[in-house]
Amino acid sequence: MTAKSLTLLWPYIVVAATSVIVMLVISVRRNHAAVFLLTLSGLAVATALLFLPYLSAPAMVTKLVLIDRYALFYTGLIFAATFIVAALSYPYLELRDGDHEEFYVLLLIAALGASVLTASVHFASLFLGLETLTVSLYALTAYLRSSDRSIEAGVKYLILAAVSSAFILFGMALVYAELGTMEFAAIAERAAGAEVHGLPLTAGFAMIIIGLGFKLAVVPFHMWTPDVYEGAPAPVTAFVATVSKGAVFALVLRLFSIIDVHGRGAEFLIFTVIAVASMFTGNLLALLQNNVKRILAYSSISHLGYLLVAFLASGSLAAAAVAFYLTAYFVTTLGAFGVVTVLSTKERDADSMDDYRGLARQRPWVAGIFTAMLFSLAGIPLTAGFVGKFYVVAAGVDSGLWLLVVILIINSAIGLFYYLRIIIALYTNPKEGGQPTPVPKLSRTGGAVLASLSLLLLWLGVYPGPLIDLIKKTMQNF
Amino acid sequence: MILIWIIIIPLIGGLLAWTLGRGNSVRARWISLLFLAGDAVLAVYLWSRHAGRAGLINGPWLVDMKLPWIPQLGASFHLAMDGLSLVLVGLTIFLGILSVLCSWTEIRDRAGFFHFNLLWTLSGILGVFMALDLFLFYFFWELMLVPMYFLISIWGHENREYASYKFFIFTQAGGLLMLLSILGLYFIHERDTGVYTFDYTLLLGASMSPAAAFWLMLGFFVAFAVKLPAIPIHTWLPDAHTEAPTAGSVILAGLLLKTGAYGLLRFVLPLFPDASATMAPAAMVIAVTGIIYGAVLAFGQNDLKRLVAYTSVSHMGFVLLGIFAGNLISLSGAVMQMVAHGVSTGALFILVGMIQERIHTRDMDRMGGLWSLVPRLSAAGLVFALASLGLPGFGNFVGEFLVLSGSYRAGIPATALAAVGLVLAAIYSLRIVQRVFHGQAKAGTTLADLSTRETGMMAIMIVVILWLGMFPQLLLKTAEPALNAIPCCVAAEQPAPVKGGRK
Repeated sequence: MTAKSLTLLWPYIVVAATSVIVMLVISVRRNHAAVFLLTLSGLAVATALLFLPYLSAPAMVTKLVLIDRYALFYTGLIFAATFIVAALSYPYLELRDGDHEEFYVLLLIAALGASVLTASVHFASLFLGLETLTVSLYALTAYLRSSDRSIEAGVKYLILAAVSSAFILFGMALVYAELGTMEFAAIAERAAGAEVHGLPLTAGFAMIIIGLGFKLAVVPFHMWTPDVYEGAPAPVTAFVATVSKGAVFALVLRLFSIIDVHGRGAEFLIFTVIAVASMFTGNLLALLQNNVKRILAYSSISHLGYLLVAFLASGSLAAAAVAFYLTAYFVTTLGAFGVVTVLSTKERDADSMDDYRGLARQRPWVAGIFTAMLFSLAGIPLTAGFVGKFYVVAAGVDSGLWLLVVILIINSAIGLFYYLRIIIALYTNPKEGGQPTPVPKLSRTGGAVLASLSLLLLWLGVYPGPLIDLIKKTMQNF
Repeated sequence: MILIWIIIIPLIGGLLAWTLGRGNSVRARWISLLFLAGDAVLAVYLWSRHAGRAGLINGPWLVDMKLPWIPQLGASFHLAMDGLSLVLVGLTIFLGILSVLCSWTEIRDRAGFFHFNLLWTLSGILGVFMALDLFLFYFFWELMLVPMYFLISIWGHENREYASYKFFIFTQAGGLLMLLSILGLYFIHERDTGVYTFDYTLLLGASMSPAAAFWLMLGFFVAFAVKLPAIPIHTWLPDAHTEAPTAGSVILAGLLLKTGAYGLLRFVLPLFPDASATMAPAAMVIAVTGIIYGAVLAFGQNDLKRLVAYTSVSHMGFVLLGIFAGNLISLSGAVMQMVAHGVSTGALFILVGMIQERIHTRDMDRMGGLWSLVPRLSAAGLVFALASLGLPGFGNFVGEFLVLSGSYRAGIPATALAAVGLVLAAIYSLRIVQRVFHGQAKAGTTLADLSTRETGMMAIMIVVILWLGMFPQLLLKTAEPALNAIPCCVAAEQPAPVKGGRK
């Protein structure tokens, strides 16, 4: 550990320090607004500082983390998403009773854990990052202590995430026992060198895949998703859907491209089955839901399936496709849950279909933004989701994964059905005789966040060139 | 730049109609009309400058412009216009203006948003007719769906939700298959030349194995056949046409169906000449089935709007037949039929809309005897019923005649069966006249006849359809250079065409 490697870690240190400072501030005096602003500025500074290591990347810092442009890109994405989640949380928490300040401490710690995952090249940093992220998420999910559903979701998440962590640990132990190393690169080398792959090694990888599959919420490890999405406070749901999954996906992509999943039949087959099952299960079950948060939960399962198609397509185009798709998915998902957040009242989150019926008349802008987000999820032009889906399909076609691509397309058509269902509800009139649900006042922060997300969505959808350039630069060594 | 403006003007008009027209529907209507008129001026200007001339710049293109868009992917903002595009752009703007006019009193709820959607759909369609970059084409192709979906799902009739779902999912699924083919072509071309590009003019020369070409062609074909619509993927059409508001039906029948035919002419035949030749017999069977099936089902309908919708299936069968018969005469006929069908069916939908506005039903059992009540409306109805049955003097006759005489060369049985479709067309068209306009009056005693606006609309449409029938040469000449550039035409004009031969 030298002074140079310390400069590489500045962004991470700033986020960690911000969480400590916030904690200290809370112990002196509780002030929601001050804590909120402190959090935002900490994240902004950390994001700005990402340019510092960008120039000297790639560089190893100890054996645990590799600060390369890949890691910095995803770290930036995570910090930006956390910034948005924090901005959405402020008006949401203001409406509710109880202490709000600790929320931001947890959020910062979770972001730190997630960003460590993107840079991890060692089992130890993988596990530390993952647990830092997950433990904060238990508390965040159950943050609204007066709500039964929130607590239920928290407990459910705790139990399942703990089980999946156990799987990962066991898997790591098996791999270590076989190969005697915990560094990704060395694992790849020794696994390739070994003439016969013993059962323990394959079992070890399989258990790691299972554990990570839980975090990604891909089928068949998706059971917790709808309940947690439904029960968690809306901003936390946004965080789980984007930061938590995005970070783990970045890790999976790095881990399995170092280990070369394409050269390993068994692992490739496992991922293919998972991708197909996630696409179909996510979309088909979403058709049966009436709760908007649950629909979005199942939709996110299917989106992870789409991402896996890009992941399975090898090559630099695939890495770029994943990066673009994840960015588009972050913007879209944050926007969609942002709408859910700003429509939530003091008593409950806006998750029933009735909350959205006729919204276009009462809140034309919010309805318009939600429509744009849903179209983006469905991959319709003018939105970021379109270019993302295009990229994923391109990566699949380039690698000749025709079966997966055709399944993806069938699923896009199925998916349209439930996105359109919500959109139609937005524009129909409230039921005969029924009063339109009163809509809470739009806060200034909420409005600003939604407006900027939708501008970003359109910009990425119409003029994606700059982002593609950035991604190409960051993925070139990958 | 003029091509970009043709697309942008409706976009701006739509935004203005929405923002300024909130709560003031008359303003929204005038804004839309004004901007479409501006577009029309541009189109007429292009026509007067270029019509009938072969391409001056490169190949058949009259106007050609290319801006960088996403160079990282090889996608550019490449628009170009040849005679075929020009004709269809003209049709788009013409029907666009009429659809604003025909919703003047029909749409009262959220008129600003309605016109926004209307103009954005038109803009997407205009883009489809001019895009020469496959990425851009796909972009516009999808883009025109969304506002159309809103037109059906918000302002449609009783069963609008179901119809709009079905419309959107069918076309979107077809579109995604086309996306696969576009990407397949993109990567095949890249492997050959090392250049990533979506540019049509560059992809034209891509060489590939016959099997690959066939599959890629099939992806495009399915997407366009859904739009066209061809049997058996036409089932979205009767629902969507019936449930859409009048303007929506006009645009659907008059323009969206044409994008499918245009795609076949612009992409399927030139990009995959051999594979299209392989496909031709099957496509012609599909076409003839569609002609007869559509006509028979049209005869069985009681809902007037649904009847007109099924006649579209029948008429568009002629277009498909003409395209895959693959000689200059049949292709000219297909283009003529596209335009004539756009005008005549558009007019029929507008008439159905007018009738529905007056007697609040589309059920033919509750009509009858309208001639004595609304003579002007009924006269217009008679004219377009006759146009639809292919009476000489109307544009439809020219189109169908050219298609049949062209397809006679390609296959006599198919031509004979298609000609049966003409007889059936006469039956269902005359049935409309009899059941709606003749007989005992059932719908009250007094109804308002056509207003000045409505009379004007009908007069213009009658003039246009007659002009197409009497003086088809101008339109045919405009489209001819573009059609001549299509490989199958070139092959057919040679004295001894080598089967499936390619340079």
